[in-house]
Amino acid sequence: MGYDNYQCMDANGIREDGRKADEMRPVEIVCGVIPVADGSARIKWGKNEAIAAVYGPMEAHPRKIQRQDRAILDVRYNMAPFSTTDRIRPGFNRRSREIGKVTRDALESVVDLELYPRSKIRVEIEIICAEAGTRCCGITAASVALADAGIPMSDMVVSVAAGKCNGIVLMDLNKPEDNYGEADLPMGILPMTDEIVFLQMDGDLSMEEFKQCWDYNVKAAHDVHAIMVEALRTRYGGDV
Amino acid sequence: MSEDSTPPEQASGAVRLVHPGERIGGHDGAEAGHGIRRIDGELVAMRMGTLQENGQTVSVEPLSSRYTPRAGDLVIGLVEGMTNNIWFMDIGASFNAILPMSLAPWKVEFGAVREHLGVGEAVLCRVQEVDETHSAVATMKGMGLRKLKSGMLETIPPHIIPAVIGKGGAMLQTLKDLGDCRIVVGQNGRVWLDGEQDGMREIRSALKLIRDTAHLPGLKERVDALAGE
Repeated sequence: MGYDNYQCMDANGIREDGRKADEMRPVEIVCGVIPVADGSARIKWGKNEAIAAVYGPMEAHPRKIQRQDRAILDVRYNMAPFSTTDRIRPGFNRRSREIGKVTRDALESVVDLELYPRSKIRVEIEIICAEAGTRCCGITAASVALADAGIPMSDMVVSVAAGKCNGIVLMDLNKPEDNYGEADLPMGILPMTDEIVFLQMDGDLSMEEFKQCWDYNVKAAHDVHAIMVEALRTRYGGDV
Repeated sequence: MSEDSTPPEQASGAVRLVHPGERIGGHDGAEAGHGIRRIDGELVAMRMGTLQENGQTVSVEPLSSRYTPRAGDLVIGLVEGMTNNIWFMDIGASFNAILPMSLAPWKVEFGAVREHLGVGEAVLCRVQEVDETHSAVATMKGMGLRKLKSGMLETIPPHIIPAVIGKGGAMLQTLKDLGDCRIVVGQNGRVWLDGEQDGMREIRSALKLIRDTAHLPGLKERVDALAGE
């Protein structure tokens, strides 16, 4: 094992967790898991588990963060100390701050902020168990939690990460593929229009490989979106 | 503004749930109502809720909402703080409402606000006016507006208040008979109950049933069944 020796696929094209190159990990979503919050969702994605809770809209304090013409999203992403094999020291860290910012930018593109001037909407994301793709789980769970809270949005952001390992482009990277691979491309997609609201890249990809990752992400986003809608509908009893 | 009818259901009895971003087809020429926006010529649902068709307008009745104050609304506020001449009240909206000394029913000395209304107390008041940023001014000058000294408060989402009141107040009467209590429904989703413990508990169960199933048809029957037990 190690950077040089990791083989993401066997001779039959099957990955370590039994998937083919273009298959996703299993995803489960449940809403309303934090009864005291205005909206909430728990997502299990492979071995990842994340919970998002939404409060608001509420008065934006301190005064200096208020925007006169619209609401602001106050997004906090945090990984629990027990979520990874190596303990994460609780408290501020740059990675959490960055992920909080990109999550906020992604969600602000769909939330109808102008409806609530001078307010803020709190979005709290907590990662309970981490196994590659936690920022994607966080954004996806936050979208469901916002819908659960009744916050008006023009679409729901779905986030997935594709990448490359051993020169092969793979959908929905797991932990060894992410750690030992050559590139990873998390994206945030609006399923109704296939617009991109979030994109980061780590590593090297040729134009061809980039396009393939993009396509994988869009396809996976549509599959996950169906699960998100189902979770919301189940919470409210579905069509009658 | 209170409506006293149960939420409208489609003629066939079917209820269609929509999610944010869902395209609403088959309504050419319809107007976009609450919770719906026209994007690139298509009607798009902006919230999680049930689709409502009222004549030419299509709207979404939300399944989850926060109270937005309107002038004239009767609300139950909880005092959160005060200065020398105003109280700040939590009315469940995006912003606290203010109750100035001049609009209180007592003669209050400047600086003596705490003697009349302390932090955590509940007040029945009316929204006097709302500015363009949704900040509200409340008043206690009016018939029946008072500090609530006894009883308990239950919270329900504001958009199901019409279901709690019912057609012509029918559901509200059923609840009053069920628990033999006084009930006041605030437009901000706070319901004040005052009576015997057992009665209040019965009414709270009924309110929970309404809260969970108001969007499904047959609500009256379900509450009557609960009352009959």
